[in-house]
Amino acid sequence: MEWFGLYNYWIVVVLMMVGFYIVIAQGNLIKKIVGLNIFQTSVFIFFISLAKLEGGTAPIHVAGVSDYSNPLPHVLILTAIVVGVALTAVGLALVVRIHELYGTIEEDEIHAQDEA
Amino acid sequence: MSSFPSMEATVAIPLTLVIPALGAVLIALSGRHPNLRDGLMVAIAALLFATVLQILPAVLAGGRPAMTLIELLPGLSMAFEVEPLGMIFALVASSLWIITSLYAIGYMRGANESKQTRFHACFAVALFSVMGIAFAENMFTLFIFYEVLTLSTYPLVAHKGNREAQKGARTYLVLLLGTSIGFQLVAIVATWWLAGSLSFTAGGIMEGHVSHALGGLLLLLYVYGIGKAALMPFHRWLPAAMVAPTPVSALLHAVAVVKAGVFTVLKVSTYIFGQDYLRELWSADLLMYIAAFSLLSASLVALQMDNLKARLAYSTVSQLSYITLGAMLAHELAAIGGGMHIVMHAFGKITLFFCAGAIYVASKKTNISEMDGIGRRMPFTMGAYLLGALAVIGVPPMGGLWSKWHLVLGAADSGQLLMVLVIMLSTLLNIAYLLKPAVRAFLMPPKEGGSRGVREAPLLCVVPLCITALGCMALFLAADPLRTMLGGIFGN
Amino acid sequence: MGLVQLHLPAFQVIVPMLAAPLVMLMARSPRAAWATATLTSWLTLAIALLLLIRVRAEGVVAYHMGGWLPPVGIEYRVDSVNILVLLVICFISAVVMPFARLSVASEVREDKHGYFYAAFLLANCGLLGIAITGDAFNIFVFFEIAALASYSLIATGRERQAVMASYQYLMMGTIGTTFLLIGIGFLYIMTGTLNLLDLAERLPAVNDTRTVRAALAFIVVGISLKLALFPLHLWLPNAYAYAPSMVTVFLSATATKVAIYVLMRFIFGVFGHELSFNVLGMNLLLMPLAMLGILIPSIVAIFHTNIKRMLAYSSVAQVGYIILGISFASTLGLMASLLHLFNHAITKAALFMALGCIAYRLGGVSLIHMTGAGQRMPWTMTAFVIAGLSLIGVPLTAGFVTKWHLILAALDGGLWPIAVFVLGTSVLALLYVWRVVEVAFFRAPLRRMKVREAPLSLLLPTWFLTLSCLYFGIETSLPVGLAERAAEVLMGGYR
Repeated sequence: MEWFGLYNYWIVVVLMMVGFYIVIAQGNLIKKIVGLNIFQTSVFIFFISLAKLEGGTAPIHVAGVSDYSNPLPHVLILTAIVVGVALTAVGLALVVRIHELYGTIEEDEIHAQDEA
Repeated sequence: MSSFPSMEATVAIPLTLVIPALGAVLIALSGRHPNLRDGLMVAIAALLFATVLQILPAVLAGGRPAMTLIELLPGLSMAFEVEPLGMIFALVASSLWIITSLYAIGYMRGANESKQTRFHACFAVALFSVMGIAFAENMFTLFIFYEVLTLSTYPLVAHKGNREAQKGARTYLVLLLGTSIGFQLVAIVATWWLAGSLSFTAGGIMEGHVSHALGGLLLLLYVYGIGKAALMPFHRWLPAAMVAPTPVSALLHAVAVVKAGVFTVLKVSTYIFGQDYLRELWSADLLMYIAAFSLLSASLVALQMDNLKARLAYSTVSQLSYITLGAMLAHELAAIGGGMHIVMHAFGKITLFFCAGAIYVASKKTNISEMDGIGRRMPFTMGAYLLGALAVIGVPPMGGLWSKWHLVLGAADSGQLLMVLVIMLSTLLNIAYLLKPAVRAFLMPPKEGGSRGVREAPLLCVVPLCITALGCMALFLAADPLRTMLGGIFGN
Repeated sequence: MGLVQLHLPAFQVIVPMLAAPLVMLMARSPRAAWATATLTSWLTLAIALLLLIRVRAEGVVAYHMGGWLPPVGIEYRVDSVNILVLLVICFISAVVMPFARLSVASEVREDKHGYFYAAFLLANCGLLGIAITGDAFNIFVFFEIAALASYSLIATGRERQAVMASYQYLMMGTIGTTFLLIGIGFLYIMTGTLNLLDLAERLPAVNDTRTVRAALAFIVVGISLKLALFPLHLWLPNAYAYAPSMVTVFLSATATKVAIYVLMRFIFGVFGHELSFNVLGMNLLLMPLAMLGILIPSIVAIFHTNIKRMLAYSSVAQVGYIILGISFASTLGLMASLLHLFNHAITKAALFMALGCIAYRLGGVSLIHMTGAGQRMPWTMTAFVIAGLSLIGVPLTAGFVTKWHLILAALDGGLWPIAVFVLGTSVLALLYVWRVVEVAFFRAPLRRMKVREAPLSLLLPTWFLTLSCLYFGIETSLPVGLAERAAEVLMGGYR
């Protein structure tokens, strides 16, 4: 099937939308961060999968192999994963502070408290 | 003048800006010592007048002393050039400032006003911007000082600090800044874009650059953008500003603000558009009729006002329209008449406002209906009022005759007989609304508990208003030099 | 000295980056942490000035990180465009640090100062990195460094809403940078390079593909989130309003400006204005958004009584002016935008600094707090008024120079209604600035509070920036010259 030939892109798009939806629709601050992680992960998969070459192997120089996967996106995504971890850490730290200050991590309850 | 060494115009022009600006700082700094402060103020005013006089001989000789301060962007500079109209405006403003500051001292102390230091300092800043307006070489420079004038007079209008004063001051600010940014600045930018220049040039800069249809639109934007000229329907700020103390009203209505407005109208019509170009524009006639309407209807409104200051305010709206009318007639004589009316009306109206203030200080009365018989108690004040009123009406031997004379001649010469009629009619209305307070004050018997026990206002209030009243008479003799000087605008 | 000269572009980023952990180690002594951070910020300014000299002499300063040549290695590339941005960042941080000592002491818990200044230096490093790098992926990484540091900085605000504001910023900011990452991925598929210069060379060959257009869309939306283009500005007002004063000063002057620079770089430099505007018609999108973005936030600002929030909305509107200039797709328009980038940075920083002085003495920045403040704190309020005039765009202030160029650019493009629009919306700025003036100068102080003028170490930086607003409004040749050259470079694509 032509449409599913590049199935990796479908996975990326589905994961991205799932993550995006969670960020928008969830009121729980932790779940939002989980959604954000899924969203970012979809982009990581996108980068990694586009480096894949049909029949290519890991980019290690071995005699008799001519097709390698492109290593650069892998390197980039390693960096991006580190950035993502840092973001998650900062986000969770903020949620901890919010819980200390408001006693809740539900968005609507926090807004209700702020308006009161 | 022999006591002052004569100086170069390039020195004198910046000095006319530096003196009041520095004066404002000195006044603000000497706030703790009222006597020192007030003395300084009068000295600064006198010094300013003397400096302005230094420039006069060069202008009379047909020169155009000029200097450039800074060039902001290529072709856009802060520059000054003195021409006859600006010279006259600067002379009127600086000479009347001396008298107004004397009067202000008497008034503010007599009425025990608060925040006198801020008041006097803002006054000096206002004069600083008037000098900038008078001597501006281009529309951009004029615009900057125009805005400084608005901002510096705002605290003066809001002086009393109560709700009413704040409301009036807000109207004042919103109308003046709104029109100047919304209309005038648009017109300035468009002029710069189309004509490639903003310099005041004899004969105008529009011809050959701007089509007549667009020029007409620009004229509308300019005349309505100059909110200080109080052409209807943007005249509301003037009565609103009546909440201010009287020396402010004197400054606003006689010296600085409104005169800056009509001065700008005259400048724009002669030096930006040029009379020949202006005559061809579709909106010049329209504006002329609006000015005529404004002139008559403001007079009618003034008739209804019982509050003396409000009546004088509407009278000002009406008198300013004379000058706008003169500019829109696009005729040499009418423009000369307009320029003269700046002077004549300044002296007449300042006298009237001084009198209103003196009455308030002496008796706390503001309404005409309460002033019956007050002329017997305050003969000097009311006598001066009568002279001021006659000057504004334009009766000989008052200077006011000459400005109206030229306006009528200009209107007749350009075939606008309707305008001649309008000026005549409005003169009748002037008589009705200006003389009534004087008649009641002198001829009606005092009411019960009315003006009994009222005495003349403090000397510092009465002397200035007598001086200006006499000035109105003296101007009757000054018609010829004024006319010669104003003729210089057109190069003859 | 020769070695330093050679590695200047690297030092520009590395100095604050290495200073950050050093400062963090000084957590025990707030004074030492502050002093080190201040020295670092001055050092970075010195580096930026040295770079300016080199750029003027050489045109473009290219530096290859670690000696690796592009496209494998990361290239730092300083030209007439980003030297302007670097100067703005360094100038503001060098002025804000002296201001920070007292302001931060009064608004942030003392045991956090070391971390606070470390985060500030990291934010500084991130922003400088975004501006200086010539590598698309590197831009993403530095965006995240700057963002992570600013999230922490905002969260140190006194009120608890600060933490929530920071969280919201984190959500929207991350989505923005991730979009940017997607766009960069698309570009990489099509061209096989991440170097901006190479991208600009290889893209024209594949311009017609849907992938490149999708990349442009993702990048523009992603950056628009970071630069708070209306209607993607929702994170900004809370973040600015609840952050500590010093953070607001720094972020308002630099963070959105850097994002705008990146947008310009991509639209004009990488994709080229031919593709962005003539083929894809981006101006048809940007112009209405910019105009709405000027109009609506300006009106909203008029009704806010928290002045810090009011100015935050005004920032959204000012971003609108910059985007408007970009949307003209002309050298003049771009020049106006670049000028506003510079002028608005100093103007807004001065305003927020004056607010910082007010917060320091009066404990709040609501309109009510400022009643009669003109009598109690005349110097602070005068600075506020002058900077406010510059915000409105009154002649003789820096703001006027931009407005003037923006109007000329509009007229040059035959868009006279937009010229009128720009003037008309200045009146809105006048309205919201004037409310403060009226309350501060023309009302008597409510309580008999013993409020004195702000201390000198707050006033001096505030006045330094205020006078800069005036100076650059009168002596315009430096910013105008820089902006003119930068606009020409940008319009010429990436060279």
